[in-house]
Amino acid sequence: MAKVPKKILNDPRNVVTEMLDGLALANDGRVERLDGKDILIRTDLPDSKVTLLIGGGSGHEPIFHGFVGQNMGDAAACGQVFAAPSPDTIMDAAMAAHRGKGILFLYGNYAGDNMNFDIAAELLEEEEGIDVRTVRVNDDVAAAPPERADDRRGIAGDIYAIKVAGGAAEECDTLDEVERIARKAVGNLRSMGVAVAAGSIPETGKLTFELADDEIEIGMGAHGEAGIAKQKIASADDVADQIMEKILDDMPLGKGDEIALMINNLGATTMMEMLIVNRRVRQILADRGTIVHRTDVGTFLTVQEMAGFSITVMKLDDELKHYLDLPARSVGLSNM
Amino acid sequence: MKELTDSQVVEMLRQVSKAVIANVDVLTDADLATGDGDHGIGMRRGFEAALEVLVPGLSVQDAFKKTGMAIMSKTGGAAGAVFGTFFRGGASAFADAQTLDAARFANFLALSAQAVSKRGGVEEGAKTMVDAVMPAARAVGAEASDDLLAVFTAAERGALEGVEASKPMIATTGKARSLGERSIGHPDPGAISVSIILGAMKSYAASL
Repeated sequence: MAKVPKKILNDPRNVVTEMLDGLALANDGRVERLDGKDILIRTDLPDSKVTLLIGGGSGHEPIFHGFVGQNMGDAAACGQVFAAPSPDTIMDAAMAAHRGKGILFLYGNYAGDNMNFDIAAELLEEEEGIDVRTVRVNDDVAAAPPERADDRRGIAGDIYAIKVAGGAAEECDTLDEVERIARKAVGNLRSMGVAVAAGSIPETGKLTFELADDEIEIGMGAHGEAGIAKQKIASADDVADQIMEKILDDMPLGKGDEIALMINNLGATTMMEMLIVNRRVRQILADRGTIVHRTDVGTFLTVQEMAGFSITVMKLDDELKHYLDLPARSVGLSNM
Repeated sequence: MKELTDSQVVEMLRQVSKAVIANVDVLTDADLATGDGDHGIGMRRGFEAALEVLVPGLSVQDAFKKTGMAIMSKTGGAAGAVFGTFFRGGASAFADAQTLDAARFANFLALSAQAVSKRGGVEEGAKTMVDAVMPAARAVGAEASDDLLAVFTAAERGALEGVEASKPMIATTGKARSLGERSIGHPDPGAISVSIILGAMKSYAASL
């Protein structure tokens, strides 16, 4: 008998709208919800800037809508749980956030997001004459081999991509330049995760996949998409080794290379486990002489109550470092 | 029966919407096998929105267009884009038409199939709703009848054959893609939705 997951909610059909109200309020005035739509937008948008529009399905909080603010997304178009936002929502968000210098769409590479953002981009260009560019995050090395990198999903690498592109959109004068920097960030991102237990969609009350009590799945996607293989539960060091081997096969790192490192909680994993994993990852990197410029261990992209974590590496140069490190405050990225 | 009036088309699309909404659990369970299980609730959101715009007085073309726009606006996800495109993409087949007849419906289905395939960037064989839409369009073409009930019956049969044909396929797009060979044996939930939509058209025509 499948257990019905416990969640403290009101009407499960209203989770997205109630969550967005709460999220806007939690930003203490820096962000507001747009006219009751599923859109969050900065309240401190400058009169003239290149616009960074982010977005995707809800249910992965704090991403995406938790990363709206200065040096991050200017607005976020939010879909229902695990479902891309509609073209209407994306267009409304784009029109509200546009400040005359074009818009970069930055989102995770999923069929639904690609289609809905593409429809919105076509309409914005045809009907409003707005220059729209698209950069899709495809950091999940488990999803496809390197020669089919376009088939890779976007997972926690989204956060570093948003941080870099957001900084660039704040400081750079042209959409060309912001697009170039965002593409470089995405090209330097690699991630992979492990699932220990499933999460569930509030409205269906059903777990999105099944794992036996003694099983884990390495490489599983952010919606429970199948990973590389199910296996018996293993030690933190062993799992970290397996994930880092895949990441480093894909993007070799050597002596003197600098990276940003993220250990992301998929929802229900303890900070203690993630810190133990971080210890092992640092041993692996130290053995190679790779320098960790910055570490982010925390909860950035979740899959409801899914247990597990992902490891993200972004190879840095001076330009990426500069934009990544610009100050930002939001519910997703506190600088307390 | 050779044709449906504009008000009958509105009523037929309302019956289609209700049929999809009534099958939310079937679609959820089908999607849980290969995806994340949100297909049913997404389709329910979209077709509930369609019911709100399907009001008396619409032309045949507008009834299909507005249904597609409502679905695209409210469903979200891949399903919103492709099922919105399904209803909108072929609506030009009814331009200036006072009625829906077999020839226009065949044209609609052929245009919709092309539009959906283009929007999704997929051909047949990828284990998607295209695997139901294409055979439905072919079945209607082969039926070459001017009797609407016969045409809708052929469309549903083509879609159901597509649902069956999708079972042994390996998904190459969408969230099921990562399952690879593990997707074998399960029908595509979007293909099931197509068969429900065309089946509801047949049931409506049969009830007249």
